[in-house]
Amino acid sequence: MSSVEIPAYRMRGPSAFGGGARRFLNLAVLLAVTEYRLRFFDSALGYLWTLIRPLLLFGILYFVFSSVLEVDAGVEHYGVLLLMGMVLFWFFAEATGGAVTAVLDRENLVRKVHFPRIIIPLSVNLTALLNLIGNFVAVMVFIWAAGIDFRWTWLQVPFLVGGLFVFALGLAMLLSALYVPFRDIRPLWEVILQALFYATPVLYPIELLAKEYPEISKIVMLNPLAAAIQQMRHAFVGDDSQSAAFALGNGELLLVPVAITGLTFLLGLWVFNRMAPRIAEEL
Amino acid sequence: MGVESVSKSFRLPQEAVHTLKERVLHPFRRPGFDKLDALHDVSFEVETGEFFGIVGRNGSGKSTLLKCLAGIYAVDDGEIRLRGRLAPFIELGVGFNPEMTAHENVLLNAVMLGLTPREARRRYDTIIEFAELEEFTELKLKNYSSGMHVRLAFSVMLQVDADVLLIDEVLAVGDASFQQKCFDQFTRLSRERKTIIFVTHDMASVRRYCDRAMLLERGHVIDIADPEGISRSYNELNFGRIRVGKDGVKRKAGPGGSAEITLAWIENAAGERVGASAQGDPCVVAFEVKVNEELKEPVLSIAVLDEARNLVFSTYEDRPGTFAAGSTVVVRLRFENWLAAGRYTFTAGVARSGPGADMIDIRKDITSVVVHTTRPAGGAVNLPHEFSVSR
Repeated sequence: MSSVEIPAYRMRGPSAFGGGARRFLNLAVLLAVTEYRLRFFDSALGYLWTLIRPLLLFGILYFVFSSVLEVDAGVEHYGVLLLMGMVLFWFFAEATGGAVTAVLDRENLVRKVHFPRIIIPLSVNLTALLNLIGNFVAVMVFIWAAGIDFRWTWLQVPFLVGGLFVFALGLAMLLSALYVPFRDIRPLWEVILQALFYATPVLYPIELLAKEYPEISKIVMLNPLAAAIQQMRHAFVGDDSQSAAFALGNGELLLVPVAITGLTFLLGLWVFNRMAPRIAEEL
Repeated sequence: MGVESVSKSFRLPQEAVHTLKERVLHPFRRPGFDKLDALHDVSFEVETGEFFGIVGRNGSGKSTLLKCLAGIYAVDDGEIRLRGRLAPFIELGVGFNPEMTAHENVLLNAVMLGLTPREARRRYDTIIEFAELEEFTELKLKNYSSGMHVRLAFSVMLQVDADVLLIDEVLAVGDASFQQKCFDQFTRLSRERKTIIFVTHDMASVRRYCDRAMLLERGHVIDIADPEGISRSYNELNFGRIRVGKDGVKRKAGPGGSAEITLAWIENAAGERVGASAQGDPCVVAFEVKVNEELKEPVLSIAVLDEARNLVFSTYEDRPGTFAAGSTVVVRLRFENWLAAGRYTFTAGVARSGPGADMIDIRKDITSVVVHTTRPAGGAVNLPHEFSVSR
């Protein structure tokens, strides 16, 4: 019947990927940006909130910890280090915690549109990344106020954030796929996040832990999240904060958090890829 | 597009095992599953440029089939082949966000449906223009009426570059003039040799739009035929004259009453079957009666209901004669169409004459028509009229 011979192809079912790289990127970015914009939508100050909110929150934290409680732990620039840890931890919590219910929340899309399913956890992570960038601008204000000068190690930041992004994305894929058959994932992950918050040098400098319990502090540092936060602090303020390698006591041990990151990513990818074809019917 | 013996079943857990506790308490118990065969060995071919309907009752598997075609569900068995680009969605307005304006939603939805962001911006004006929503582009979608919502969604769909479109029940919406526009657009799409596969249980839209249709019941293909044949099979199915067992075997459930209404349609003055009628033109409602036992002087009736289910008009023909067993009778009611613009459904009935309504067969909403007008006026009808103004 058809005059132009277009080769017929076999329809394949839903999958984690597929559908062309351009559509993949367009959709992932669009979903992420939309989600991000909706957050402050309709408020009088609009996008200004993405800067005002972290500035105010950080101001409170800074004030409470360094002026009221005076837990500067004898570390120079404690306030800035605290903010740096908070910002990265928030990113991690938002990217993974938000991903847990993400597939289910977008049930309407999943059931009615054919698109590469992996876009869902990816877009959640991209939204978290956009937030991180906004928060980081606010942190820079405090860094500037603390009189910390530019140093070349700041250039490590994109790589550290990149590594953390890969780690978070691996967990996001794993959690969002597993949540569909196992609804326990949500409360479980909330508890784990809370535990991770205290098991990561966010509120306390790693030096404080290392002084009391050197062995435990090394175990803590094997966590990719802890390694990223600690190295980030070091990159910004220099030797006032230990580098991740120094805190581990041995540079080669840095391979452990890197390996955990890579393995988590691959595991997440594998699980999500396996579950993607059936995810629409099991919602 | 070709579909070859596609089967699909779902596992329905007998008891939902969703929590870890249940797993821990019963570690060795495999959760029991009921297997639900949603589609069973479904095969059909759709030609390029064809408007193909998939009809069936609730739970017949028609939406599941559409999801398999769209690649949303994976098939268990069989193969789906197609030529050209497939639209990736099965419903209009997917992903519309009520908190965002129409403008933003159009751009978002268009990308979701497969356009690039740049294409979406370029076609934005065309989309809004077709939807006739120029004044409301900055209004949030939550403040839209359902009609506006559908118009917007439909307009976006028309701009998507695809050779095969899949649509799940949407056409019976919008006012009469918009329906007319939709119909024109479908004609244009089929001229451009786009294939449209469309799921519904509204026989009137099947007759209005489809070239061919397929009837599904319990996941089995019952019939593939022209719209009229399908309407007839669908009616038989609905009134229990065909029964389909779990095995998919079709059985005629014996003869119905002494007479059955098998089909109804709308004609224009020229005797062509139509789905729409212009106000003021003659309009003919016709129905077909299959006579199983000799029918002596029956009463043939037709009632017209508007969208709000008000009875607008009803009439009957008393003692039209006697009809022999085995014959087929076509009943036509011709009237000048002064109905107000809108969608009307017809109910046809056959009764024995005499005191008391001894119905032999009655079919509610057996066919429908969309009335359109160039000069809208208020009220349920627009009677032919003439003003005289004097001083």
